[in-house]
Amino acid sequence: MALAIVLIALLIGVVLFHAASPWWLTPLASNWGLIDDTLSITLLITGAVFIAVNVFIIYCLLHFRRREGHEAEYQPPNKKLELILIGLTALGIAAMLAPGLFVYADLINPPDDALVVEAVGEQWKWSFRLPGKDGRLGTSDVRFVSPANPFGLNPADPHGQDNLLVSAPELHLPVNKPVKMLLRSKDVLHDFYVQPFRARMNLVPGMVTYFWFTPTQTGRYEILCAQLCGVGHFNMRGYVVVDSEADWRAWLGKQTTFAQSQLQPATPTQALSGDALVAQGKALAQSKGCVACHSATGSAGVGPAWLGLYGKQEHLTGGKIAQVDDAYLKEAITTPNSKQVEGFQPIMPKIELNDQEVNALVAYIKSLSGKGGEQAAQK
Amino acid sequence: MAYAEHHAPQSFWTKYVWSQDHKVIAVQYTITAILVGLVALVLSDLMRMQIGFPGRLAFIDANHYYQFVTMHGMIMVIYLLTALFLGGFGNYLIPLMVGARDMVFPFLNMLSYWVYLLAVLILMASFFVPGGPTGAGWTLYPPQAILPGTPGSDGGIVLMLISLVTFIVAATMGGLNYVTTVLQARTQGMTLMRLPLTVWGIFVASIMALLAFPALFVSGVMMLFDKLLGTSFFMPAMVSMGQTLAYKGGSPILFQHLFWFFGHPEVYIVALPAFGIVSDLLSVHARKNIFGYRMMVWAIVIIGALSFVVWAHHMYVSGMNPYFGFFFATTTLIIAVPTAIKVYNWLLTLWRGNLHLTTPMLFALGFISTFAIGGLTGLFLGNVSTDIPLSNTYFVVAHFHMVMGVSPILAIFGGIYHWYPKVTGRLLNETLGKLHFWVTFLGTYAIYFPMHYLGILGMPRRYYAYPNYEFIPPSAQYLNAFITVAALIVGVCQLVFIYNLIRSVFNGQPAGPNPWGAASLEWQTPHTPPQHGNWGPALPQVHRWPYDYSVPEADADFLPQTSTSPLTIDEATHGHGDKP
Repeated sequence: MALAIVLIALLIGVVLFHAASPWWLTPLASNWGLIDDTLSITLLITGAVFIAVNVFIIYCLLHFRRREGHEAEYQPPNKKLELILIGLTALGIAAMLAPGLFVYADLINPPDDALVVEAVGEQWKWSFRLPGKDGRLGTSDVRFVSPANPFGLNPADPHGQDNLLVSAPELHLPVNKPVKMLLRSKDVLHDFYVQPFRARMNLVPGMVTYFWFTPTQTGRYEILCAQLCGVGHFNMRGYVVVDSEADWRAWLGKQTTFAQSQLQPATPTQALSGDALVAQGKALAQSKGCVACHSATGSAGVGPAWLGLYGKQEHLTGGKIAQVDDAYLKEAITTPNSKQVEGFQPIMPKIELNDQEVNALVAYIKSLSGKGGEQAAQK
Repeated sequence: MAYAEHHAPQSFWTKYVWSQDHKVIAVQYTITAILVGLVALVLSDLMRMQIGFPGRLAFIDANHYYQFVTMHGMIMVIYLLTALFLGGFGNYLIPLMVGARDMVFPFLNMLSYWVYLLAVLILMASFFVPGGPTGAGWTLYPPQAILPGTPGSDGGIVLMLISLVTFIVAATMGGLNYVTTVLQARTQGMTLMRLPLTVWGIFVASIMALLAFPALFVSGVMMLFDKLLGTSFFMPAMVSMGQTLAYKGGSPILFQHLFWFFGHPEVYIVALPAFGIVSDLLSVHARKNIFGYRMMVWAIVIIGALSFVVWAHHMYVSGMNPYFGFFFATTTLIIAVPTAIKVYNWLLTLWRGNLHLTTPMLFALGFISTFAIGGLTGLFLGNVSTDIPLSNTYFVVAHFHMVMGVSPILAIFGGIYHWYPKVTGRLLNETLGKLHFWVTFLGTYAIYFPMHYLGILGMPRRYYAYPNYEFIPPSAQYLNAFITVAALIVGVCQLVFIYNLIRSVFNGQPAGPNPWGAASLEWQTPHTPPQHGNWGPALPQVHRWPYDYSVPEADADFLPQTSTSPLTIDEATHGHGDKP
């Protein structure tokens, strides 16, 4: 009896929870309304079955529980009933599978006029590449990857020369134009997941994968990595900004081509100072992926948090204590893992930076500790 | 096997430690699996603390979090569930239910347990190596599993792979034994169509384990080669942390195919014994024959066969050839039909029964409810286009915990409450048992039901924290805190079960030979607990199926399989299937 009452309460509870839940699909921002429709059909059918199963159990508990004088019925097999149930189940299954497969056929066939955009993943940052005027992306291979050629583009491929390289983890796309995303990873598995777009795919080292969608709402959307890619996985974030066609063109005009990136020195040579230097450092921390491990807010991460770091005494493995000052930070950035802070793993990658960029990062880290850090470091 | 040859061992060591008696080995397997399962339970509560109350426990950094996630998953799936169903229930029940004196290869059986224990110890050792255990997720996907950037990518992953390979050796020795015993050692009259569904479930699961585990074995060996010898089975050319690696030409997706060729049948290796146990518990405690026995047997066999052609539904967004999606979505949804039949037949077994709401029965009923949720949400994930937005979110976590975490565990608990009296001669305490049921059943609902909604919202799984993600409303954190509290309560409640297990050995109410009035053979032994050799001088003779409950005009409300009464509706005896 208790079980029957509890099951009734449970059933009412889950239905109410479903009705009241503020946690549901994010508003759709792409053409994949059909995926949402298939989800709704599935929810309807499975929800009805779930309720029916529980109602049946409750009915049995109320009517057939052990009582004085009550006996079980000896029940012969019933082929007809079983066949009816098999038939009904098969129908329900077909009602879910058929629309699902039709949607899937669309999902894997990008339209021919789709804008081709490449997303490159590495531990733990995103970067992007867009084609130039000819609409084609040049070939690439990890053996071409170097500090001067982080995308690993084939220098001999003419189609690659006008490709636009976006090393900041923010991609702009034009609204209402189909996009075919090509996905490439330099190191481990990643997954390009923007929930409001619904469609997504893994990035697999050694191959190029794809998916497509048409953004239908302008706005800024978070890219999440949704395939475990190591200890910085949860912070491997980026953004897709869906612009009007005009805004997108303007953004596109500001990006550097591969050819330009090979001609120019990697960074502007003019010496920045003050706030401009800090701003450059902040941008570098984003584009080089530092923030995946080092939080600027003080929250725990894979590496030491930067908030209040400057001027602090760090406990190193082996018992030594180090004063965090300019020299300490420069050494930590340019020769990672040479000193090991207690409680952290020696897994920081070496990232190619010129002196000016190192100064910018140090200035940014410094700025996160305010004046107090400065004084402490000088003591 | 003549009875005279079967001398009972005399000393403590040969009787309880180096024992070749299937009943002792079953208890050894069960105790080891429960102990290692408690480790995994603690790990799950620790990881829930981090999700529900981020940063509150300072020692759980990102490395530890991923290590807890990984070890929790692997221990629960392999070292608890697989070992307990096959090594524990399989060992204890197969010889008793088919009317054999022991497994056909008792020495191999003993070896199986000790090799299993070795695998467990190797796994536990990985907690103590530099860098700690692997944090690659229980799926151990390369390349990240063996590259820096993932915790435990040196000693941890190596020990994990060695432990898995060792476990498979143990499981193979056990599996051969279980299959051969069912095929060769059934007593007179025990046709295949008179086997209890528990035996059918464990029998088919053992065959599947023999066919599926080799895929995990080879992928484990290949990954060890990649890690230790520098081969490139799963490793393409990569630039990791700014370093160009020496690997080239390997395929990470190849590993995923091998892993899931094992991994999906593994779901049913765990589920089929649970199906069987639940079928028997429902029939005994509803005092009614199982509905559609033949269909239930065929459903087990068909599910077992189909489960080998659905594996890539775990890989819809892996980057494999997208055309595979059509095939695997179709096979996956087809497997829902025999699975649904099992649920219908359980429900129809309750219809017009006489439901005795004992603790085992409560767990069996709870199983139907949680399995229904897990099975139905599987339809979202099996159907390729609905899987795409949900893949790798908390929807997946909620789904597989309902279907292959909570449900099999409820079946295990039900089974232990049901057969404990045969193993020890004493009943478990019913009050504590009911408390254990209520907290576990309602608690797991509270944990996993709302979790589906976080997944639909799009919260990815395997995130150490969700700092400043704009699309996640703050209310999601409250829900996560609620789930954590529920998980802690369920975790603590398992101590009630452990206490009941230990206390009842000494203080439990004496059970007598057949406290539930069950018809199957294991309850008809001359002694309780059964002695070495199980049956005394003469093996039992079987005259009917194991489901003759409430037979009209019979003297008792059940007819044991050994009864010679002509009354029955046994399909195998009176239908067209009366062949040995």
